[in-house]
Amino acid sequence: MNDLVGPFVELIRRAATDLPADVEAALRTAYGREEPGSAAAGALATVLENVALARAHSTPICQDTGVPIFYVRYPQGMSTRQLRAQIEAAVAEATRRAYLRPNAVDSLTGRNSGNNLGVGFPTVHFEEWDVGARLPRPYLRVDLLLKGGGSENVGAQYKLPYAPPGPPASGGSTVPLKAGRDLEGVRRVVLDAVYQAQGKGCAPGVLGVAIGADRGTGYVHAKEQFFRPLGDTNPVPELAQLEERLLRECNQLGIGPMGFGGKTTVFGVKIGAYHRLPACYFVSVAYMCWACRRARMIVQGEEREYH
Amino acid sequence: MATCDLTIPISEDAIRALHVGDAVRLGGVMVTGRDAAHKYLIETFIRADTVPESERPLYEELRRLLRGGVIYHCGPVVRQLPPSQGGTGGGWEFVAAGPTTSIREEVYEPEIIAHFGLRGVIGKGGMGPGTLRACQEHGAVYFHAVGGAASLIADAVKEVVAVYKKDEFGVPEAFWVIRVEGFPVVVTMDSHGRSIHSEVEAASREALEGLL
Repeated sequence: MNDLVGPFVELIRRAATDLPADVEAALRTAYGREEPGSAAAGALATVLENVALARAHSTPICQDTGVPIFYVRYPQGMSTRQLRAQIEAAVAEATRRAYLRPNAVDSLTGRNSGNNLGVGFPTVHFEEWDVGARLPRPYLRVDLLLKGGGSENVGAQYKLPYAPPGPPASGGSTVPLKAGRDLEGVRRVVLDAVYQAQGKGCAPGVLGVAIGADRGTGYVHAKEQFFRPLGDTNPVPELAQLEERLLRECNQLGIGPMGFGGKTTVFGVKIGAYHRLPACYFVSVAYMCWACRRARMIVQGEEREYH
Repeated sequence: MATCDLTIPISEDAIRALHVGDAVRLGGVMVTGRDAAHKYLIETFIRADTVPESERPLYEELRRLLRGGVIYHCGPVVRQLPPSQGGTGGGWEFVAAGPTTSIREEVYEPEIIAHFGLRGVIGKGGMGPGTLRACQEHGAVYFHAVGGAASLIADAVKEVVAVYKKDEFGVPEAFWVIRVEGFPVVVTMDSHGRSIHSEVEAASREALEGLL
């Protein structure tokens, strides 16, 4: 197997220091929508200036380079053990080069490992696939998501049917949220998650939603949604409709960039549906900050492409 | 809504003159501190019967830096400078240094504002009623930096003056003493009891009820 440590470091550098074109364009559109001179417009102007600066200096867009989450699609016969070792070596090297902040903290001792390696850190999902099986050379695709802690903290998982905890609504101090086991229930809890997040997840953000699955894989699937281009259309018509409606309604909440109030609270809603147990109906909402740092590398033999 | 420049240490009068929505460019020496730092300040200095002998020098230094000063909720990406460029700060530079979410420090911040005589807290996402009350009582404000604007803010950090507790807390959690120029922030909680965060939350709650 080829030594891919160098290409993996480059993938990490690209993810940490630049934004995908569709994300940057969405932020630019959001800036144009806000009231000139408002705090919201000011925040987005700073965001855009920062993105340009990070790209020019090859420095991290955000200091919280998060948990590096890799989704690896590999051809039959490739060793995932070797791939993991190379990814880990690349993560340590990228940390040494200050593309990544050392983020792996021992939960028992509080010690930071200093190189982003630790138990279950970084996260790597492997899946064998047959794309490229007919091609003369093995075809490997690696997607990387850098997701910071602020946005991770505002993710939420709901078990439907759902009613908010606490005493029943009286005097208008509790939002009268009740959500049943249908797409209307999904709509309600997603709105609740965005309301609860306010600006704390570094709004405006992107929502990745998984309906169904178990608790663990629900979040895994929710995060996979972030790899979809912002402008795509969900192939499932009812989900496409819900995505569109939620995008509109989340922005009606008026939370705005950084929670300063404003017209753009989210700039993408992506939803996937998965089979579930009869007893379970989970809605997993992953929140990605405006710095939606995703990058893709395709390896075919000696050739590498970055997207 | 106004724009002004302020230099740390900041006087109470200058803080009382600020209102939510004001844009401020900060200069001077500030200290970063987040989760581990706040827990440490409370447990080792504020709620402790006596400050351990080993921690006295740091206590005195922090008291000096934070009187009229500003604490910044930030866990930076740093780079060690080669010895040829190493200044007084042990040879570090800030590479990326945006704010972290402040609300996690809500349980600690009011006591820290009171104890150290802070005039400002910088972070993102806003803080709660305890901090707002402490800002009113002691003359302090919450400055909101733009979350994720890490390269831009690192450019405003002109010098790493010192670092404390780096090995014990790790790079993101250490106390980094930094000299900044033109650090861009917006006042979102002032010393007169106003908070943009609680106002936006109330308005969004109303909007949410309309959508359910």
